[in-house]
Amino acid sequence: MNLTLKIWRQKDANDKGKIVDYQISNVSPDMSFLEMLDVLNSEIITKGEEPVAFDHDCREGICGACSLYINGEAHGPDRLVTTCQLHMRKFKDGDTIFIEPFRAKAFPVIKDLVVDRGAFDRIQHAGGFVSVNTSGNTQDANAIPIEKVNADKAFDAATCIGCGACVASCKNSSAMLFVSAKVSQFALLPQGQVEATDRVLNMVNQMDEEGFGNCTNTGACEVECPKGISLENIARMNREFLTASLKG
Amino acid sequence: MSGILNSSIGRKFAMAISALFLMFFLLQHFAINILSVFSPNAFNEASHFMGTFWAVQYLLQPVLIFGVIFHFVMGFVLELKNNKARQVSYAKNNGAANSSWMSRNMIWSGLAILAFIVLHFIDFWIPEINTKFIDGDMSGLLPNGEFRYYEELTHKFVSPLRVGAYVLAFVFLALHLLHGFNSAFQSVGANNKYTKALKGFSKVYAIGIPLGFIFIALFHHFNH
Repeated sequence: MNLTLKIWRQKDANDKGKIVDYQISNVSPDMSFLEMLDVLNSEIITKGEEPVAFDHDCREGICGACSLYINGEAHGPDRLVTTCQLHMRKFKDGDTIFIEPFRAKAFPVIKDLVVDRGAFDRIQHAGGFVSVNTSGNTQDANAIPIEKVNADKAFDAATCIGCGACVASCKNSSAMLFVSAKVSQFALLPQGQVEATDRVLNMVNQMDEEGFGNCTNTGACEVECPKGISLENIARMNREFLTASLKG
Repeated sequence: MSGILNSSIGRKFAMAISALFLMFFLLQHFAINILSVFSPNAFNEASHFMGTFWAVQYLLQPVLIFGVIFHFVMGFVLELKNNKARQVSYAKNNGAANSSWMSRNMIWSGLAILAFIVLHFIDFWIPEINTKFIDGDMSGLLPNGEFRYYEELTHKFVSPLRVGAYVLAFVFLALHLLHGFNSAFQSVGANNKYTKALKGFSKVYAIGIPLGFIFIALFHHFNH
């Protein structure tokens, strides 16, 4: 396949940045999207130019490092996959592909397609954990009976890899799908109950401080999420937050 | 508790509560207006009751006006805040791939509804307040001794321009409700086994009620 790539290039956080056109030929449909970018970078380096910076790590769809807004969608046109699992067979010979960084005030661009998603880490630090003293006589987790339906929902919420596709897709740059998944995975389990009130209040407060927008229930986040995190989690977080606000 | 309205979820909750209240009001408004199609007398009686009963005038009406203003002001505030959350736009954004047009354009359908409410205030509310509270005429009667409400309603739908504006406004209202009805329930935390059924009902309400108002306007326009 021969493709025209329109890639966002930005030297550093202070640079204004712009879209730059690249031509790439002989792209195999079996390549992953990141492999295609690797080939492009090889060609760019051969010419003595600066390669395109982009995030990646496991390339197995589980680490949440890769991002990219491809042809107007987070992680590209495929569903339930991250960019590293997106294959070039999803495109046609002669296509023009826009490749941009995840855009949000809370995700500032560091360079080219790399953004700082540290805001998610700070939200996690605000309450996305269970403080269990494991020294001494820790109880076997299986000794606490949990309804299957709740265990499944908690596990589904826990599959969030924190990639930020929800923020990138949302017209308001809202992080509520991410935060709600992190709140839900504990809210549905007895181990999470002790700190439930503080957790939701602190995480939502941190989310607001980071400058993410408000959710208006468009549902774009759920559609673009590579792990299929459900909007049901946002409704649960809303309930948890409102209940916690009344208590606290 | 005091911090609720300063939080993103609190503001969303407040939007939803005001929306649910306005949707209930809309249903009540429709129930009275549709009477005009079947029985002018029943419409006159219901209108006179709503226009003169103290609890409606001095309790519900102020709450309604507050609800309308709050919903619009909060809607604009949220829109401005949300726009600030993304300072650089995408060169290419395919919103249609993951969300409905209605959900992405609530501010525009909302603005169209606001324009209609201004027209409706000029058409109905200001003359009504003038008659009742400036002129002090609470009788609801015309000089010939008949109730004035049905006559006033049908008179409003003579002009094809006004009828056209009403029809267009209700199309925008339908678009607004197609996203807003369900969204309000999601915002207050109601997403459960009844959500699928609620989505079906929301479509019936969002299309049915505006269509009903359009029917009333066209009915009186062509029967005058």
